Amino acid sequence: MVKIKNLEASIEDKKILKGIDLDINPGEVHVIMGRNGSGKSTLANVIAGNEAYELDNGSIFMNDEDITEMSIENRALNGIFLCFQYPVAIPGVSMAYFLRAALNAHLNHQGKEEIDALEFLKNSKQILGELGLDDSFLKRSINDGFSGGEKKKSEILQLLSINPKLAVLDETDSGLDVDALRTVAKGVNKFRNNNNAVLIITHYQRLLDYIKPDIVHLMIDGKIVKTGDMSLVEKVEKDGYSWLEE
Amino acid sequence: MADKNQKIIDQAIDQEYKYGFTTDIEQTKFEPGLDESVIKKLSALKKEPKWLLDWRLKAFKRWKKMKEPTWAQIKYDPIDYQALSYYAAPKKKVNESLDDVDPEILETYNKLGISLNEQKRLEGVAVDAVFDSVSIATTFKDELSKHGVIFCSFSEAVINHPDLIKKYLGTVIPASDNYFAALNSAVFSDGSFVYIPKGVKCPLELSTYFRINASNTGQFERTLIVADEGSYVSYLEGCTAPMRDENQLHAACVELVAHKDATIKYSTIQNWYSGDKEGKGGIYNFVTKRGRCEGDNSKISWTQVETGSAVTWKYPSVIMQGDNSVGEFYSVAVTKNKQQADTGTKMIHIGKNTKSTIITKGISAGEGQNTYRGGVKILKDAENAQNFSQCDSILIGDKCGAHTFPYIDVKNPTAKMEHEATTSSIGEDQLFYCNQRGIKLDDAVSMIVNGFCKEVFEELPMEFAVEAKQLIEVTLENSVG
Ligand SMILES: Nc1ncnc2c1ncn2[C@@H]1O[C@H](COP(=O)(O)OP(=O)(O)O)[C@@H](O)[C@H]1O
Ligand SMILES: [Mg+2]
Repeated sequence: MVKIKNLEASIEDKKILKGIDLDINPGEVHVIMGRNGSGKSTLANVIAGNEAYELDNGSIFMNDEDITEMSIENRALNGIFLCFQYPVAIPGVSMAYFLRAALNAHLNHQGKEEIDALEFLKNSKQILGELGLDDSFLKRSINDGFSGGEKKKSEILQLLSINPKLAVLDETDSGLDVDALRTVAKGVNKFRNNNNAVLIITHYQRLLDYIKPDIVHLMIDGKIVKTGDMSLVEKVEKDGYSWLEE
Repeated sequence: MADKNQKIIDQAIDQEYKYGFTTDIEQTKFEPGLDESVIKKLSALKKEPKWLLDWRLKAFKRWKKMKEPTWAQIKYDPIDYQALSYYAAPKKKVNESLDDVDPEILETYNKLGISLNEQKRLEGVAVDAVFDSVSIATTFKDELSKHGVIFCSFSEAVINHPDLIKKYLGTVIPASDNYFAALNSAVFSDGSFVYIPKGVKCPLELSTYFRINASNTGQFERTLIVADEGSYVSYLEGCTAPMRDENQLHAACVELVAHKDATIKYSTIQNWYSGDKEGKGGIYNFVTKRGRCEGDNSKISWTQVETGSAVTWKYPSVIMQGDNSVGEFYSVAVTKNKQQADTGTKMIHIGKNTKSTIITKGISAGEGQNTYRGGVKILKDAENAQNFSQCDSILIGDKCGAHTFPYIDVKNPTAKMEHEATTSSIGEDQLFYCNQRGIKLDDAVSMIVNGFCKEVFEELPMEFAVEAKQLIEVTLENSVG
């Protein structure tokens, strides 16, 4: 579904990604682990098309279409969704307004009718309930004064509403307590089906206890140095990354 | 991001001003020039009483001795007051009934989205339409008069309600107040007059729609609103003008008087033509607006959304004379291309327990310059006065500017003052976040800016809040940088 070939990217003339290859098929859950600063968020951003990063080489395909040059919003509309590590606040813009605008942008793109307010509320309230959030959440300014947990849940709310093809979760588990972690994992599992895929960026095994990955990649200094199964996660949890550098 | 945005900025600027058309009608227009004879002719044409002519002439004498103010953060070509015409009016105009109004003019207002036809008009809004120097029509007069509300053109009020005019005219803004107020006092041509009797809550929103059509003229309207004891009125003004290469002067005066327990809410959506991307043409908007909370527990609230004009010089103010009276100023000012706005307020606390709130949102895009200038004055006897000021600016691109000049003068130690000010840019990270959710750049910008302005828009009457949001959308289309 998503194919990444020899991706190289830099920021402020500093090379961060040094040739990444990834092949993600429908129904799969991939995990990327790596030390702080190894380039995981950079990869997530480059997949989403963030123009703050310079693309030096390589290409990204989505269902055989080359999206390397595609704009951020068109990638989003084609099914790429990023759960942000640090979602930004937009004061004065309510969650409801924002989410409905996002949803309608997707519906328009799919040639479907825009969602009416009542149906939107009904759907959103159901998801909010599952995430243990109050309905009044919709009235709050997006990410403005949200707690760490609320920010991550807000990302999952958007993921479940928009229902993309590929969800990239950038450290969505960081800073969550056990209950919030479980809620977020439940949300991700609800999202999963045979036609979509998930790319999880994480430091810890704990999220993976709830979401079973199919393929695990280890990243060091902008390169994927090892690919395997869940046993890699256990190895990293026990021994860290230095064994990979020998 | 930078390259793409540069392209978008460049496209931006050709943004069409959708109210820029002219109406072709026969008109009566004075020859350019200003001296006593012009004022006498104007006054005679309006069949004014002698005291009013004398008042005008006195103002004119003062004006001739005054100097145009230079303290504002604005630059503009000198105005040649002798090159302007001081009166322009459609020939066919008769202010008796809508049937007598020139159909071309009705069509103009239709195009502007203002129907003067009472059936079609927004529910609950009465309109006074001012076209160049004169009032064309006032709707819902009968309905309003049932409640004792007077809502008519200023010229009519001079004839039909001379006592009220004589009692209040110039009592909030003295003719000698400032250069532009003095000029207005000498040559004002028309405007609106509102009187709300004791205890009446005005059953309709009142609205005046100002349209400059004639070229080479100045527009000098004057509005006076008096809310008697315990009454309430919400009033809205809108403004548009054709696109012309030359600059046109608009120098209005608005006076508000709120008696004991009365509330006046005054909202403005100012969308005069702002000039082209080179800064050619556009309205010079030099306006004096002031309200006096005369009685105890009275309240005056100004809300303005300023998106037009090449130059804006405007400080709607409140004098809180009565005890427990309240003054409010909520403002959104947008400058793009080469627009300049120097706007703010003055809150003068005289009575005890008086309370003022200032919330301003300045938005600068392109090469726009946006200045907030606000004064809060707490006089000696104003025990327990309170002021809260919050002045936020947002910058779109790196060629624009935002400036804040707060002046505070506290003569009573019991005063509580709070002032906050922020300046931010629309963040690339905010735009990326929106884009990543499928929301395109223009929509993201207007969403972010509308969010930024939310506290002010919430003060507008419902229908106008929607209009204001749309106006921001059109104004900022393609302006990301
Ligand atoms: N906006 C930026 N400006 C400068 N350097 C950056 C920026 N973003 C990331 N980097 C650098 O790129 C490298 C990789 O960062 P990142 O992709 O965030 O790593 P990870 O998510 O794996 O912790 C780090 O050395 C970081 O300092
Ligand atoms: Mg990271």
